[in-house]
Amino acid sequence: MDENKAKRKINSKNLAPQESPSIVPTRENRKFRPAPKLDKSPLHGLWALTNRDLRKWYTNPIQLLVSIIQPIIWLGLFGKALNFSNFIAGSGASVAQQNAILQSFFGTTSYFSFLSCGMFAFIVLFTSAFSGMSVVFDRRFGFLNKALSTPVARGAIIMSKVLQSVGRSLVQAAIILVIAVLLGMQTAHFTVQGIAGIFVVIFLMGIGLSALFTMLALRSADWQTQMAIINLLNLPLLFASNALFPPSIMPTWLQDVVRINPVSYANDATRQLMIGATGMTSLAVDFAVLIAFAVILSTIGIVLSWRYLSR
Amino acid sequence: MSATKKSLNSAIVKVENLSKIFGNLKAVDNVSFEVKEGEIFGFVGPNGAGKTTTISMLTTLLKPTSGYAEIVGYDIYKEANEVRRNVGVVPQEYTADEDMTGLQNILLIADLYGISRSDSKPHAQELLKLVDLESSTNRKVGTYSGGMRRRLELACGLINYPRLLFLDEPTLGLDVQTRTVIWQYIKTFKEQYGMTLFMTTHYLEEADTLCDRIAIIDHGKLLRIGSPEELKESIGGDVITVVVKENAPDISAEIAKIELVKDVRKSENTYRIKTNLGEEASPLITDLFRNMGYM
Ligand SMILES: Nc1ncnc2c1ncn2[C@@H]1O[C@H](COP(=O)(O)OP(=O)(O)OP(=O)(O)O)[C@@H](O)[C@H]1O
Ligand SMILES: [Mg+2]
Repeated sequence: MDENKAKRKINSKNLAPQESPSIVPTRENRKFRPAPKLDKSPLHGLWALTNRDLRKWYTNPIQLLVSIIQPIIWLGLFGKALNFSNFIAGSGASVAQQNAILQSFFGTTSYFSFLSCGMFAFIVLFTSAFSGMSVVFDRRFGFLNKALSTPVARGAIIMSKVLQSVGRSLVQAAIILVIAVLLGMQTAHFTVQGIAGIFVVIFLMGIGLSALFTMLALRSADWQTQMAIINLLNLPLLFASNALFPPSIMPTWLQDVVRINPVSYANDATRQLMIGATGMTSLAVDFAVLIAFAVILSTIGIVLSWRYLSR
Repeated sequence: MSATKKSLNSAIVKVENLSKIFGNLKAVDNVSFEVKEGEIFGFVGPNGAGKTTTISMLTTLLKPTSGYAEIVGYDIYKEANEVRRNVGVVPQEYTADEDMTGLQNILLIADLYGISRSDSKPHAQELLKLVDLESSTNRKVGTYSGGMRRRLELACGLINYPRLLFLDEPTLGLDVQTRTVIWQYIKTFKEQYGMTLFMTTHYLEEADTLCDRIAIIDHGKLLRIGSPEELKESIGGDVITVVVKENAPDISAEIAKIELVKDVRKSENTYRIKTNLGEEASPLITDLFRNMGYM
């Protein structure tokens, strides 16, 4: 329709658009190019970019549905199929002995509750991993170059990818929490501060992990390489942590890896806050590590974006 | 128009010995030129000549390997943000986000320029109207045709009231009518906004009708620069392009025998015929084609 209209214009000798829009400078004042009214907030561009990505997610019903179904499947599969209580119950031990064994391994008597806490790390890890993918596609489809030709802070471009992924992680974590409780997670230790605390944990871990994956994608226009990087990093980060199994059942070298894996500190804090588990370290140390992780990785990401985002 | 040109004689683009080397390919090879404020400057060259690479450097997307360039008085490397604020870019490829509507796209670009919504909202509507997209502002860009997308890119390039607008092959892939419409917009922008335009094209004819000055670039080197008239003189006369059906026999030799014809080149199904006097040669050429059974 538009096309025809545009064409009609040439056919009917009215070549030049007739009325000049009021904002367009006229012949007389043309030398005085109007200066655009600027928004003073330095976060203007950051928010616009973040919102662009988030809108793609929340206006897409399939993506939303997947992000609800996915945790149900994971919790159902891992939480119910990998049920260590049943293993131990099959050994003929008494209920008290079973609970003692579970308590000593998992810091709680319910493996499902132990795993539900680990699921937060799982979801943050997988959501963050794809934050880099979005940089790759923006480069591919030319949007990144368009953004780079504007004065928007280079750091805002990568931080928008980080924030949109953190936003998704927070929403998905809330969904997981509800589903986990519905499926039988122990709620005896829940407190308002505890629940607020785990969202802080998820926020910090999300920032650090998304910054990591985003910076790995800064120069890439190739989504296959990016997929390979995601696969290379994601499973080790997950399995070499305390997300699914307690480190005490792992060989000592792996326990050392667990201890330097920031994901472990997120799980450790979550379990202390949610199910009153005995932690591998104190809550204060957990938070200190997570804050350092988030600050250091996002700083590196921003600094690298100054240098490497444009070619 | 000439009065404006005289009063705006300063150089808005100054390029000195600019080069870009990819591996061992000199995409842009030691190029120097100036663009005067208020003119339409055309960059003409075949595929791979280095046009987009030059624009990418001037719009701060690519770091030059060597050389210096100044836009609106700002160093493209040291004062990149000032350069970005003062120029608009309409890239060769479509860059709008297909999942968003036309209006959302243009507002997003405005946000990236840090323009407040109280300014960008009415301005975006005006621009979309200017490029005849007002009835599709709220449709997703994924549903736009190529011509509509090109016009949206034009509108996006103007949202920051640029003093200098870069247009990288603004009519690529468009039909003849839409192409004429785009040319019309380009002239209107220049008139109404008092902008300087820097455009690239494959077609010397297109540059000839639109541009005040033309630079011809190939293999990264600037071959010639000047007004269309000057260039025609230096090339020697007019160029007549004849498009024939594919697989038609090559009659270059016959064309070359015509008295006024200086040179004939055939690529695929197009003859480019250089003559001293286009007006007198063209009937002779037409006759030849008719005699060869083309019409
Ligand atoms: N990122 C890159 N890496 C390597 N080579 C590149 C890169 N970008 C461009 N080139 C090469 O530089 C040369 C000039 O490319 P450029 O895109 O500037 O040409 P152009 O004049 O815009 O051509 P077209 O009319 O096809 O758009 C080409 O040979 C191209 O292959
Ligand atoms: Mg090009």
